[in-house]
Amino acid sequence: MPTFTREEIEHLGDLARIALTDEEITRLQGELNVIAESINKVQEVAGDDVAPTANPVPLEAYLRPDVAETPLTQEEATAGAPVSESGMFVAPRILGEE
Amino acid sequence: MAEKLMKYADAVKQFDPVFGLETHVELSTNTKLFCPAHIEFGGEPNSQLTPVSLGLPGSLPVINETAVDYAIKLGLALHCEIAEWSQFARKNYFYPDMPRDYQISQYDKPTNGNGYLDVELEDGTVFRVQIERAHIEDDAGKNTHVGGADGRIEGADHSLVDYNRAGVPLIEIVTKPIEGAGERAPEIAGAYMRAIRDIVRALNISHARMEQGNMRADVNVSLRPMGSKEFGTRSETKNVNSFRGIEKTMQYEIRRQAAILADGGEILQETRHWDEATQTTAGGRVKSDADDYRYFPDPDLVMLHITKDRIDRISKEMPEMPRERRNRLQQEWQFSDLEMRDVINADALDTIEATVSAGASASGAKKWWLGELSREANAKGVSLEELDITPEDVAEVEKLIADGKLNDKLAKQTVAGVLAGEGHPADVVKAHGYQVVSDDGALVAAVDEAFAANPDVVEKLKSGNMKPMGAIIGAVMRATKGQADAKAVTKIVMEKLH
Repeated sequence: MPTFTREEIEHLGDLARIALTDEEITRLQGELNVIAESINKVQEVAGDDVAPTANPVPLEAYLRPDVAETPLTQEEATAGAPVSESGMFVAPRILGEE
Repeated sequence: MAEKLMKYADAVKQFDPVFGLETHVELSTNTKLFCPAHIEFGGEPNSQLTPVSLGLPGSLPVINETAVDYAIKLGLALHCEIAEWSQFARKNYFYPDMPRDYQISQYDKPTNGNGYLDVELEDGTVFRVQIERAHIEDDAGKNTHVGGADGRIEGADHSLVDYNRAGVPLIEIVTKPIEGAGERAPEIAGAYMRAIRDIVRALNISHARMEQGNMRADVNVSLRPMGSKEFGTRSETKNVNSFRGIEKTMQYEIRRQAAILADGGEILQETRHWDEATQTTAGGRVKSDADDYRYFPDPDLVMLHITKDRIDRISKEMPEMPRERRNRLQQEWQFSDLEMRDVINADALDTIEATVSAGASASGAKKWWLGELSREANAKGVSLEELDITPEDVAEVEKLIADGKLNDKLAKQTVAGVLAGEGHPADVVKAHGYQVVSDDGALVAAVDEAFAANPDVVEKLKSGNMKPMGAIIGAVMRATKGQADAKAVTKIVMEKLH
């Protein structure tokens, strides 16, 4: 039965850019393992007679006609930027990642 | 630091390359994949955005119908199975060009799967490339690194982000691992990309200009010992955006990895970058596992249902595919394989076809588009289509030649006039008074003058030495301002000699 190790939780924290304290890792490990257990239960219940589903919502996507609408102005678009320059968002230095 | 490389010929003798290509094709829809922001290349920064392209809270994506239709077209062209139900998934990663911090892509339920593409190589060999999937996703914005040397990430102190491209629809075509290519692997990779470009253009679903980033490829390469079935560790070179770049990347990676493996080293699974300036690939970051992207179905989007009716309607709209079209035209035009290859390499298929439709002979059309006009286009650094002369103009010049109204020299001058913006061939001919003089009286007089001015030449001609004939024809041409019909002149000269 899959469960979360401390290392995995730390790794998830890194991926989400969240610094976790030891106490937080302990607490999250407990909480996430409860969730994992629930998912495992669902998997046990779903036998061969239950068709797999990819999405619980019984709807299909609406397709929008390819027609342009008025966009935001550059001022509106960058209004929420902490810092902007020449109509562009200023982002901190990127450290050799992508 | 220069990396150790093995000679290419030795590398492919010792190792068997396995490769795969992930090709991103930017669709030429009017609006973005999930919002009605208009798409235009080179607009003011951050002027083509809606709250959805910026990932603002409370905004919801709605799928662009045309993007779905384009994806189906490409799927059909690549002989894919089109899924009745497909799903969009979030691919999570942090980078400032992604305003939502996730890309909306497709993961385990892509729209197109299990296809193939037959790729024709220069020598006519056909190589079948298996397609794993061709899924729909949205593009990221663009970072400009500021403060460092020549806009590189290294040393930059901050980045400026333009989100205009964020949300532009892409199709990512992923091949299955391509095996058995041997030393021809780079050639096959290049030919595959060109074939994709031709298909995408024929379908009219993308501008397909690599230099503008409409098409780019991630190149995966690994080596294994000859005879081995197991794949080696691969490197992934990201965002290669020229056909030559793809071939060079393949060659470089094969040589680099062979040198490491021959020394008993191990290949690092990493992403690399092709550097056009140094013609090398450079190491980037160690590759994330798919797990690290934490893909999950996008809860903002319900499943995409593609009905049989929709597929049937699109099937009926499918144009002839490039390879079939090339073969048909070659037969119609009766060109040899070599001639056809020249036409393809000059990217002149469309213009020749249009010129033939406008009434010219295939050989006549080829002569112009591969000769004068290719030279002109190369000199100006533009495509044949961008020249100031249309296929109809070329067909008109050909007709004037066929009717005996222009000789070769005047025809070239007429074409030069059209290229210079003087109007259509008829306008140029009229403005300059170009006219072939085949009127015997005027030509006989000009030949008489030429004889009188060149008695020594006439002596030689009379003695049977025909070499200096050009001097007489040249003199007649000068006298008639280039408007004489050379054949008629030769005939008169021969009559006078005997």
